[in-house]
Amino acid sequence: MNNLFLTFALGVSLTVAMAAPATVIQNATILTVTKGAFTGSVVMQDGKILEVGEKVKVPQGAHVIDGTGKYVMPGIIDCHSHIAADSINEGAVSVSSMVGIEDVLNPTDIAIYHALAGGVTTANILHGSANSIGGKCTVIKTRWGKDAHDIIFEGSKPGIKFALGENPKRQGNANPFNSTAPRRYPATRMGVEDVIREAFVEAQIYRQTWKDYNAKVAKDEAALAPRRDLKLEPLVEVLEGTRLVHAHCYRQDEILMLLRVADEFHFKIRTLQHVLEGYKVAKEIAAHGAGASTFSDWWDYKVEAADAIPYNAAIMMKKGVLVSLNSDDPELMRHLNDEAAKTQKYGGLTETEALSLITINPAKQLMIDKRVGSIEAGKDADLVIYDKHPLSNYAKVEKVFIDGTLYFDRDKDLTDRPVKAQEKQTLLDKEKKNAPAGMRRPS
Amino acid sequence: MKRLLCLLAAVAGFAAAQPPTAIAIQNARIIPVSGPAISRGTVILRNGLIESVGANAAIPADAWIIEGEGLTVYPGLIDALSTVGIPEPPPPIVAPGGGGGQRAAALAAPPSATPPARGPEDRPNTTSWQKAADLIRLTDPRIETFRSAGFTTAVTFPTQGIFAGQGTAIDLSGTKPGQMVVANSVGQYLTMLNSGFGGGFPGSLMGTISYIRQIYLDADHYKKAKEFYAAHPRGTPRPEYDRALEGVLESPRILLPAGRRVDVDRMIRFARELNQPALLYGLPEGYRSADLLKKANATALINLRWPEKPLETDPDEIDGLNVLEIRDQAPSTPAVLVKNGVRFAFYSGGLTRRSDLLKAVKKATDAGLTSDEAIKALTLTPAQIYGLADRMGSIEPGKIANLVVTKGDLFDERTQIQYVFVDGLKYEPVPEPPAGPGGPNRGARTPAPGDQQ
Repeated sequence: MNNLFLTFALGVSLTVAMAAPATVIQNATILTVTKGAFTGSVVMQDGKILEVGEKVKVPQGAHVIDGTGKYVMPGIIDCHSHIAADSINEGAVSVSSMVGIEDVLNPTDIAIYHALAGGVTTANILHGSANSIGGKCTVIKTRWGKDAHDIIFEGSKPGIKFALGENPKRQGNANPFNSTAPRRYPATRMGVEDVIREAFVEAQIYRQTWKDYNAKVAKDEAALAPRRDLKLEPLVEVLEGTRLVHAHCYRQDEILMLLRVADEFHFKIRTLQHVLEGYKVAKEIAAHGAGASTFSDWWDYKVEAADAIPYNAAIMMKKGVLVSLNSDDPELMRHLNDEAAKTQKYGGLTETEALSLITINPAKQLMIDKRVGSIEAGKDADLVIYDKHPLSNYAKVEKVFIDGTLYFDRDKDLTDRPVKAQEKQTLLDKEKKNAPAGMRRPS
Repeated sequence: MKRLLCLLAAVAGFAAAQPPTAIAIQNARIIPVSGPAISRGTVILRNGLIESVGANAAIPADAWIIEGEGLTVYPGLIDALSTVGIPEPPPPIVAPGGGGGQRAAALAAPPSATPPARGPEDRPNTTSWQKAADLIRLTDPRIETFRSAGFTTAVTFPTQGIFAGQGTAIDLSGTKPGQMVVANSVGQYLTMLNSGFGGGFPGSLMGTISYIRQIYLDADHYKKAKEFYAAHPRGTPRPEYDRALEGVLESPRILLPAGRRVDVDRMIRFARELNQPALLYGLPEGYRSADLLKKANATALINLRWPEKPLETDPDEIDGLNVLEIRDQAPSTPAVLVKNGVRFAFYSGGLTRRSDLLKAVKKATDAGLTSDEAIKALTLTPAQIYGLADRMGSIEPGKIANLVVTKGDLFDERTQIQYVFVDGLKYEPVPEPPAGPGGPNRGARTPAPGDQQ
């Protein structure tokens, strides 16, 4: 399976590298998200969108795909995912900013392929929510078949996960299943705030230590460089504004708490994640400049997630918050287009507004909107072809391109299935035949 | 001549007590590995070293003669990653991996056990200062089992923990552990151990990776701090002594686990980032990682215990295509690496019986590896990898007299090992221990490096 895909993906990218013939999707409904929708064509070359419009110039030798009756939209961007990684939570400490998803990316996670088949081309892979300050995040493209380093969204801004509420404070309380398990501070929401504040006080001191050292070096004074601290370095980057904060949160009180702490330390929360009570404090969120990445209608899975409404995304959007919808789940990730559609029913968003929740808005939140999130000339050729309008829940993904390369083809997937089943049966038979006598089962 | 042989056999039991000054094995086929085979020649051993070898090597007057007619002489085999000589450790305090870590820790830890680590500063699961040389016990029965299978040398490592400790190359002969040591620190053994969710730090793979990264930054800082203190003792607070960092700094190379292609890729990048010479161990997916290994000019230690269907699985559970393919293809790894020019050595991975080792090597040769290459991966290459090729790994004058003498080709299952020479001492193999329940390779195994990948 892996191998098949490897050769397949390799073959395609090789042809792109050698002769770089263009690919044109013709005569389809193009949902650009930023420049309206129309019947027309998209030209992809060298990984980028060369041209898009009702009439385009088809380059010589271009591979033409007939899009009659089909819909083309920008690749879906999921601002909150936990796929493609060999570990998610470093739960042993309350501040785990020393760890990072990039170290444990697993490009063979089948969830990548499933997400790809659901039209997702970019995902923000976040650390879990076990601690107040979690680990570093990595933005990937769902380039199935590539090695770890090659699925990273090159040039994307680094991020870090924060978490408020029940998850980070849970380990501070007695474990009902194991009374001897060590407890970990904090045990309350107040404690979560304290952990974050203390970490940033530490980071400020650390930053100052290096400043003092550099000043000494500049004056040619003998000095020993401070010890590098992998826990504090990312927090200094947050203070300097070079690392984006994605904060898991639910309740309005803790949302306001975090915004105040950030203001106090002069940094910005880039996105509030889940933020199910965001509709209550949308004005304050907009004033801080934080984005919000929420669910359409997933709630009540724990107490702090009870006071949610399906109008959350629409209300926050109308109050001026930059809003996206995310999955946080490999299954939900496969139909984010359905999730976007729900905001038309609950909140009355337009088609374009609904689509923006899973394309251009998460791109802006992740500060990759110059590259992805809409169909515009010059942007990455990350495109999805649907057989029906993607906001219909009858729509199926037919083809997915990333950087102009075909990474998912529904027809190919269907024809490959019996081949792989046969391959598997052959190996099973071989193993059965070669099993030592004691291992054989009576039939 | 027969009488002489009988005499020799009788003396063999007391070999350690009263070794002859010189031994000559004459009229034997000799496979020096470092050069072409000698179809009929003589090897002369003296004082534990090879004195001379060749078709016409002159036999000194004082040498005991072994008639080698019909026999083949190979360099002694080297187990490139082993725990031989180090008795089984007590169960680890923190169970590796998975969500059960916390409970396992609670059950296993005595009341006085160290509390869970709160961060890298507590140096969790680190015994980097520990040297295999200091842990060797002559009572380990595997010393004799391995020797009887043709191994004269084991590169043996402490294997418990993230920084488990430093490996030692030992010869499998001697009356005191110190006599066995060929090189006392040949590398630091690392695992990606973590305490699982709810245990101490690190509780995840990424925690372990970040911990290792921090340790190397700390080691670098430690070195600088000591230098700075030496230059400015007045007015500088003295740096704290840190045995964990001492152990890391004195290790000439690191061994990193590389189970899947993903791990090969990850560990190649990690070693480069840490700026450490590294050996990757395990490699069941080596056959599909050759491009990465070649590009990185990496060195691999291949586990000869090929992946197989575990006994204790639900018989109705059918493995996925990927798992099935790995089990089918793993033994092709050595042949694929040869084709790609990637340097590798074999390690026993807990196989101690000669018949199991032969079966494992046969799987590799069936998949395209030549037996010359297989011999090399068990002799000269491991010696080169650990920087010991100036003293072992081939039959050349001046090298340590480690030899295997067989009747027939080494990897032929009908072949019997006649003698094993370690440091010039002659041993005759003891009969193989019986296979454990459930067939070959099962049951009687001891935990081995690479088990927990």
